[in-house]
Amino acid sequence: MIEGRVWKYGDDVNTDVIFAGKYTYKPMTPQEMAQHALEDLDPDFAREVKPGDIIVAGANFGCGSSREQAATCVKASGVAAVVAVTFSRLFFRNAINEGLPVVELAGGTDMIQKGDTVQIDFEKGLVYHKGKSYPFPALPKEVLAILNDGGLIPHVKKQLAKA
Amino acid sequence: MGMTFAQKVLAKKAGLKTVAVGQIVDVEPDFFLSHDNTAAIAKTFAKLGVEKMKNPERSVVVLDHTVPASTEEYALGHKEIREFVRKQGITHFYDVGVGICHQVLPEKGFALPGFLIVGSDSHTTSYGALGALAAGVGRSEMAALFATSRIWLKTPATFKVEVKGKLADPVTSKDLVLRIIGDLGADGALYRSVEFTGEAVSAMSLASRLVLSNMSVEMGAKNGYCAPDEKTFAFLEGRAVAPYAAVYPDPDAEYERVLAYDASSLVPQVAKPHTVDNVVSVTEVAGTKIHQALLGTCTNGRLEDLRLAAQIMKGKILAKGVRMLVLPASQEVLLAALSEGIYETFVAAGALVLNPGCGPCLGAHQGVLAAGEVCISTANRNFKGRMGSAEAQTYLASPATVAASAIAGEIVDPGLAMKGGRR
Repeated sequence: MIEGRVWKYGDDVNTDVIFAGKYTYKPMTPQEMAQHALEDLDPDFAREVKPGDIIVAGANFGCGSSREQAATCVKASGVAAVVAVTFSRLFFRNAINEGLPVVELAGGTDMIQKGDTVQIDFEKGLVYHKGKSYPFPALPKEVLAILNDGGLIPHVKKQLAKA
Repeated sequence: MGMTFAQKVLAKKAGLKTVAVGQIVDVEPDFFLSHDNTAAIAKTFAKLGVEKMKNPERSVVVLDHTVPASTEEYALGHKEIREFVRKQGITHFYDVGVGICHQVLPEKGFALPGFLIVGSDSHTTSYGALGALAAGVGRSEMAALFATSRIWLKTPATFKVEVKGKLADPVTSKDLVLRIIGDLGADGALYRSVEFTGEAVSAMSLASRLVLSNMSVEMGAKNGYCAPDEKTFAFLEGRAVAPYAAVYPDPDAEYERVLAYDASSLVPQVAKPHTVDNVVSVTEVAGTKIHQALLGTCTNGRLEDLRLAAQIMKGKILAKGVRMLVLPASQEVLLAALSEGIYETFVAAGALVLNPGCGPCLGAHQGVLAAGEVCISTANRNFKGRMGSAEAQTYLASPATVAASAIAGEIVDPGLAMKGGRR
């Protein structure tokens, strides 16, 4: 179970506003990437985000580019999870591969506002908000295994060691 | 129950008779594409503690995003990639200048019907135009593929888009795909496989089909398929690097949605800032002043695109205050355009001609936008800040609309401009 303060955004938050194209081919550490997280969407985010905060958004979060830095910069900024109505398939995969939990609340996220507190119970598949609970589907076991290993690279390393 | 194209390819690759929608399969792609991001991927690959790639012969590396290197950092990245390629024995390497990956893979015969191709680039969907199942992945996944050659994929549900009728000149496949994205929305085909079919698609050149498949990702799709036909096979003659067998959906395949379009009633379309699904008819934005026009990219930098633009621009010059950038999708395209005299038209009009590559599409270099500037572009994305300043605006359109607008200094209907109507 995690609990965090909410940063709230709308639909179709794209990878360019999460991590701009002009930075994609510059070698950066995840911490440097975090300084540019959501730069063209919300300039306050990178300055004020606290470890454990949770991003809550509308549909199609992370649409656009395949750039994994969109997930890396969010994770490195300390965000504990991203909750959205839906995710672009590329952001979804990249987040899992970076060890950043993603939660799909298909029923909508309109009830959650910036600054609210939400709790997420991954085992039960429930998001708690203002005394109400909202279910989300469990991740497929293949995907969960990657997340539980802390991302794809540690996961593959573990598999290669076993082989 | 029959299977869709995506089901059939995934079943074949997984060694299964059938796969159901939603089923996760562990498969070995035929080819993996990476580009300038290979430098970062190589570093992640090193973290896996694996000395050698499992199948270097499946890796195709194309330098196209920041070419030629405009900063020391980019130059270092390219140098590291060349060293990695040499060390790993990657023979399918295309250095700066050969072209944009999504044109190079078809030209060099890697984008083959029935093949499964993954690339660390979202527009990898392009190869669906030749009947491949092709999808983008991230950098960690590419590093893992270098080590294991395996990846998990979820079997997508499928939308069928049937397009009857004939596109009326100068309406192009770009206008069609913008209209579809406008109708479906940026997430309308999320996680789905899209199959484009109908007489309008059959009548299209491969270059035009590549636009449909390229932009499938802008409606959220995993891939965008066009059935291979005689045009596909003729194009691949002498290019295909391996034998292939075309895969077609079963006649009784199950589709989640079927969308019907009539190409003959379509007029030129424009995606307004700052989302690709913000699509209107060109007449609704006609008169919008522009500062820059971009002709090129993996969407519309092919010979027929340059030809169409040149046809509109012949004997004319750019409007005062407008700069135009022309980037061919590949060296092969550039050579063909040169031999046709197309470049003389562009240069005489005052356009700036640049090398094959991605150029300013992703805002890295070669003509980025300042605050307050407006660009009309043949590219596939107009997100806020993508081409430079977050205060700049990008409109997406066909090569015809971009060319006609560059001459007029404002967005115009290319049909009217060609008839000699409103300038």
